[in-house]
Amino acid sequence: MALEMNNIIEVKNLTKKFGEFTAVDDISFSVNEGEIFAFLGPNGAGKSTTIKILTTLLAPTVGKVLVNGKDPVADPDLVRRSFGIVFQDTSLDDELTAWENMEFHGVLYDVPKKIRRERIESLMKFVELWDRKDSLVKEFSGGMKRRLEIARGLLHHPKIIFLDEPTLGLDPQTRNHMWEYLKDLNKKEGTTVFFTTHYMEEADRIAGKIAIIDHGKIIASGTSSELKEKTNTTSLEDAFLSLTGNVIREDQASSVDNMRASRRMWRK
Amino acid sequence: MKIYILWLRQIKRYLRSKSRILGSLAQPLLFLLAMGYGFGSVYQKAGEGNYINFLAPGIIGMSIIFTSVFTGIEIIWDRQFGFLKEMMVAPMSRLNIMIGRTIGGATVATMQGIIVLILAMIFGFHPVSFTGVILVIPVMFLVALLFTALGTMIASLLDDMQGFQLIMNFLIMPLFFLSGALFPLDGLPKTLSIIARLDPLSYGVDAFRSLLIHSSHYGLGLDLIILSIITAVFLGLGGYFFKKIQI
Repeated sequence: MALEMNNIIEVKNLTKKFGEFTAVDDISFSVNEGEIFAFLGPNGAGKSTTIKILTTLLAPTVGKVLVNGKDPVADPDLVRRSFGIVFQDTSLDDELTAWENMEFHGVLYDVPKKIRRERIESLMKFVELWDRKDSLVKEFSGGMKRRLEIARGLLHHPKIIFLDEPTLGLDPQTRNHMWEYLKDLNKKEGTTVFFTTHYMEEADRIAGKIAIIDHGKIIASGTSSELKEKTNTTSLEDAFLSLTGNVIREDQASSVDNMRASRRMWRK
Repeated sequence: MKIYILWLRQIKRYLRSKSRILGSLAQPLLFLLAMGYGFGSVYQKAGEGNYINFLAPGIIGMSIIFTSVFTGIEIIWDRQFGFLKEMMVAPMSRLNIMIGRTIGGATVATMQGIIVLILAMIFGFHPVSFTGVILVIPVMFLVALLFTALGTMIASLLDDMQGFQLIMNFLIMPLFFLSGALFPLDGLPKTLSIIARLDPLSYGVDAFRSLLIHSSHYGLGLDLIILSIITAVFLGLGGYFFKKIQI
């Protein structure tokens, strides 16, 4: 199939295996430039693995991926310049100040000094953290960290912004504020927004297009009303449950909690 | 510029963690004072001279090996706390990330070594010449690079900090105790002498002694050649293993 010019993300027959386990199983989808795209699925469905492949952190086992027209395996740096990302867990250095985290990012993305300083100021003002710019990130609340990460992800003016469960643990005020900004950015700058979430009403309200992944396969895609029509349901949540079933999924085990304890011990 | 900002990050983190600086000075200082003064008279009676003077370069080596392996291993934390992801999605090669981090870690370890040197001088260590004190700093940095690269390698192979104790007890402690940091390498039993020869820290401590107290077992030239070769090999291996880290 020929590459369409307006597809900023193009995934063809993508498979990712970890040993015997198939995390992503022969999926294909595309995202138009300037679209707000929601990638939904239960825990362990393959969302994060797909995002890692799109963002050059993992290589696909089989299949073809193009991000902004470039292959993440062949041209990682070109792909990296084209997107910003807000990860599921924080990825800030909490021993640095908010401003230093921004500055570090700007330098790594070759944003020239003058522009960098201006943008840092305007982005931090926007997320209402400018008066806290010299505070260490470890003093920040979860919501403040999230806001800082969003500001950081936009610092190099990416064409695409990936958000992996960006609103997890945020209060409704912060959530609304964040989406207002992203919608505005999408409208004004044409920035493509690619996000995952477990809040169905959020996807319903914000996304132009939705894809639902389960057990490594894309089981449905389209607009929210198309999905509701297809499943004969009235809400996206019901549509989601009707497509993915009611079985509760095991979340992946993580050793971060142990780490936090041992870090405290060693930091003494 | 990118390597510089990675370096700067390490330095800032180091200077901000005052408790860590103090904490990691306590152990070398305890060794220096307890052993230095404790064994001093025995050492003197054996006709070897001043034990504090002999011991201080070894204790500098001790603080460098512990600090640099530790800063290398900190990559595990960067991974667990997510900051490694921020670096890995940036338009920068993995090799440069590793180089920036390693130079930063080695600088921190060198600063720690300099502090121990100054403390030792306050507590009775007399280097032979001021030139030696200046010249020993780049050698400290070389030794620090070597062990930071080793720490990076270890960090790339471990999933979490659970294995850290194992590494400390079965690798770092033996490297320190068998290096001749605490005892002269002359007249050792054959086995111990061979083990000391295989230990990179032996050459580091020997080079420090050569510059600080003009006493050397292997000779400064050989020390520097061996340290440089091992550092190059470890940096290469560190870079190789770092590339394999999965986020």
